[in-house]
Amino acid sequence: MSTATATEARTYPAYSRNLAARLLLNREAAVIVGLVAVYLYAMGNVPFFDGPLTIFNLSKEYAPILLMALPMTLIIITGEIDLSVASTLGASAAITGVLVVEHDLSLPLAALVAILVGALLGALNGFFVAYVGLPSLAVTIGSLALYRGLAEGLIQDKRISGFPEGWQDWPTERIGTSQYPNILIPIAVLVVLFALLLHFTSFGRGVFEIGLSDEAAHFSGVNVARTKLVLFTLSGAVAAFAGVYVALKSNSVATDTGNGFELKVIAGVLLGGVSIFGGRGALHGVVAGVLLIAVLNSALQLDGQGSEVIQIIIGLLLVGSVIASNFLPRIRALIPRRAAASTTAPQTPATGDETRKVSQ
Amino acid sequence: MRINSKRFAAGAALALVASLGLAACGSDDNGSGGGDGGDITVTFLPKNLGNPYFDTSDAGGEKAVKEFGGTYDEVGPDTAGPDAQVSFIDTAAAQGIKGLVVSANDPTALCDSLDAARDAGTKVVTFDSDTDAECRDLFINQATSEGIAKVQVDMIAEQIGDAGEIAILSAAANATNQNAWIKLMEEELKSHPDIKLVDTVYGDDDDQTSFDKTAALLADHPNLKGIISPTTVGISAAARYLSTSKSKGKVFLTGLGTPNQMRDYVKDGTVKEFALWNPADLGYLAAYATKALVDGDITGAEGDKFTAGDLGEFTVGENGSVLLGDPYRFNAENIDDFDF
Amino acid sequence: MSTATLHPSQESAATRVVQTLLRSRELAIVIVLALILVVATTRRSSFVFSADGWRDTLLAPSILLLLAVGQMVVVVTRNVDLSVGSTLGITAYATGKIFVSNPETSVLVVFAAGLALGAVVGALNGLLVTVFKVPALVITLGTMYVLRGALTHEVGSDRMTAGDYPAHFEKLGNQQVLTIPVLTIIALVVVALVGYYLHTARGGRELYAIGSDPDAADLYGLPSGRRVLGAFVLCGALAGLAGVFSAARYATAFSGTGSGIELQAVAAVVIGGVAIFGGSGTVWGAAIGAFLLVTINRALPILGISEFWQGAVVGALIIGSIVLDRVLSIRRTHKLVEARDHA
Repeated sequence: MSTATATEARTYPAYSRNLAARLLLNREAAVIVGLVAVYLYAMGNVPFFDGPLTIFNLSKEYAPILLMALPMTLIIITGEIDLSVASTLGASAAITGVLVVEHDLSLPLAALVAILVGALLGALNGFFVAYVGLPSLAVTIGSLALYRGLAEGLIQDKRISGFPEGWQDWPTERIGTSQYPNILIPIAVLVVLFALLLHFTSFGRGVFEIGLSDEAAHFSGVNVARTKLVLFTLSGAVAAFAGVYVALKSNSVATDTGNGFELKVIAGVLLGGVSIFGGRGALHGVVAGVLLIAVLNSALQLDGQGSEVIQIIIGLLLVGSVIASNFLPRIRALIPRRAAASTTAPQTPATGDETRKVSQ
Repeated sequence: MRINSKRFAAGAALALVASLGLAACGSDDNGSGGGDGGDITVTFLPKNLGNPYFDTSDAGGEKAVKEFGGTYDEVGPDTAGPDAQVSFIDTAAAQGIKGLVVSANDPTALCDSLDAARDAGTKVVTFDSDTDAECRDLFINQATSEGIAKVQVDMIAEQIGDAGEIAILSAAANATNQNAWIKLMEEELKSHPDIKLVDTVYGDDDDQTSFDKTAALLADHPNLKGIISPTTVGISAAARYLSTSKSKGKVFLTGLGTPNQMRDYVKDGTVKEFALWNPADLGYLAAYATKALVDGDITGAEGDKFTAGDLGEFTVGENGSVLLGDPYRFNAENIDDFDF
Repeated sequence: MSTATLHPSQESAATRVVQTLLRSRELAIVIVLALILVVATTRRSSFVFSADGWRDTLLAPSILLLLAVGQMVVVVTRNVDLSVGSTLGITAYATGKIFVSNPETSVLVVFAAGLALGAVVGALNGLLVTVFKVPALVITLGTMYVLRGALTHEVGSDRMTAGDYPAHFEKLGNQQVLTIPVLTIIALVVVALVGYYLHTARGGRELYAIGSDPDAADLYGLPSGRRVLGAFVLCGALAGLAGVFSAARYATAFSGTGSGIELQAVAAVVIGGVAIFGGSGTVWGAAIGAFLLVTINRALPILGISEFWQGAVVGALIIGSIVLDRVLSIRRTHKLVEARDHA
């Protein structure tokens, strides 16, 4: 497995390409092209896809996935993973519901409490991963069960509904007369913030460095543990925010609210070109990846396909996209691009950042 | 009750015809539908796919839609999450479907989407499991909740001799129907002072979970005499466990189940008697009600009357609900008369 | 490292075995498991000491046992297989199909078919992972979706019910030999065989080597690709067998059978002390982990913990056991360092 990290590290041929080629010939660009192609095809060929409800429905259904995908991108770039996001969403929806409906707390206050608890749950994951040194895959499988368990314990056999009218409608009301629901406003803000954080700050550089090598990052002055703690905390807080949204949107909270979302989030992030080994990825790719799944889902449903066809296609896309990104460069590397390039294009030795992680 | 059994006979005949594969192909022109039904598109949206109960009800719906010459479709989520149905409703609305027949996983979560669909001109009929009354045009009620609760308490009381500990194996902890019935059963049990309800567990309408919860119930309550499972998945999983257990014949099981799932267990003596309405009739009625709404024959107001093919005439009751009938009891003597 | 740490042979074989056992990670979960069984049994003696209780205690974990063993073999090579739940669903349904077409089919044929079908799925995963050198987590997440979708597409909302499985097959789900359920015996034989292979055989040790350091294993000339492929085939085959078990025990199968069980299998492996990034852990550990996970779910209501908090308890258990692993491994490192420094 870890030999694949070789292809993730930038190789000399990558630098030898000119700027335009580097901007246009990468995974993110491919996903965006795919998204545009699917969208245009669906507009032309799928009945009702160009209707007024399509974009609106798609945005409000995929809002929580897109939200959770933002911090997940950063976490996966550091080479970690957070499987507990959907459970955190469920716990936060439960907290919001119980506080507002049963204890008559005002919604903003309840939402604040839920988001703080979400941040705490995320920080707990982060603590175990960053400071105790446990593998995040194992920790978050545990907290996936634990946080869902909290939601179940809070709600029990109740079904919570009856959120205050004004708040309940806000997220799914349209912005002006457009096709877009209000929830897209906070999403847009968060997308920009996360993009700035990842791509334009030293914190973000640190995130990439950790993904390429924990140790190298440490020695170049990145506070590895603190960075991871911050990322998991952010992930918890954003998932909790998504939980508040889901509770309001459906005006209902049950124990299985958001169940299974984690896999959709991860599928979107990976489809968006983030390497599961860490060290590589970009936020615009992830946004396009999630939207691609959303548009495909919507188009296939309108075309009368069942949910299983959508499942199959998402699965094939996932498999196909990793094979393409891991395998094609290796083929390309075998074919001498230019005489000069081929001599200066050694296969970077597999620097197993994976290898170190096992020493826990 | 006489009307009911007549309906049931009709349902059984229906099922028989369907099983012979005659109904499926070719449109027998029995002329029941009226001529203008050609472009009525009706989409059935069950709680989840792969559920034999909804298989049967939706097959009944399909039969009705074919009878009146409309276009039938069935869509649905794999699992019964609270808002898993939302995207299907949204899609139906965008497609401009004439009639949407929904069994709601959640009374409130679907409301926004259903309202949007109705604004787009889709008639919304709920069956089996209702939403809030203001989010739909009609609710096709399989039986009154009181009737469903009473028949189950009656059956268990008869089987355990009106005394002893009983437990309930329900669907998901938040299931609206089941929770309403459980509440009414608790009321009903007040008139059976010697029966004690000791536990309620939730099998999530999943075979394995229900199976394991049954095992846990029996281990946890050694003096248990009866189990009520008001869900078709739960009762068959519980029967499967009981049939292989030493408690078979000592612990009685009843509830709501379909004859095909329960046939083996009734024949081997694990289960004496259980109840259900005919889900095929329920779907059949829902489809005809949708047609009546789409055609403008009714508006869903109390007192509206419409004819539902072979089932005869129905009247809309309060809160825009239409009642199918009373639950029917299945036992060793009559179970072979039914195939659904 | 100095040679000081390399003198185990001074002690007798028996002492060494006892010491290894006492120091082993598996002991911790055995103790937890025993504790749960003892407490549950004191509260309700029928939990173990009744015909049904005894049978269920042994029988209930059999399906997860198979999945955990298969998963362990894959995890030890630093991979993971998330598609086992879908594989289980496919074979559980296929088993029903075989019986519907011929109710007289021998049970052995069905077992073989389940194993073979599962092995094919495992081979598919294994080939994708080894040929294209892509991460197993992503590949098997993808195949999990694809296989489940394909199954749903194929069967729609059809469902296999008790009537579709013949009596002789359903009986197998509960048959006991000397009070021990047949399915459990088969599962334990699988545990023993795979455990023995991994512990002693060259191929088995190579799996550990590949998991500890894939690059070193490659450089050393180990047939990594072939071994990893083999691990996936075994995992798939056992998931296929688990599907047949599921059909025999529950006498029902539909498009959703087994969904979500993959995380339980991974959890069992983690609880059993297998490092999620490969290279260490034992088959026994994974097996006991599966046993513990199933038993704790059965015991919680008897221990008086409300059903609604059970998920939280299981989650805490998983996290607790990885923290325990970490603590033990730090202590072990300290001891080794001390031993070296004193030399």
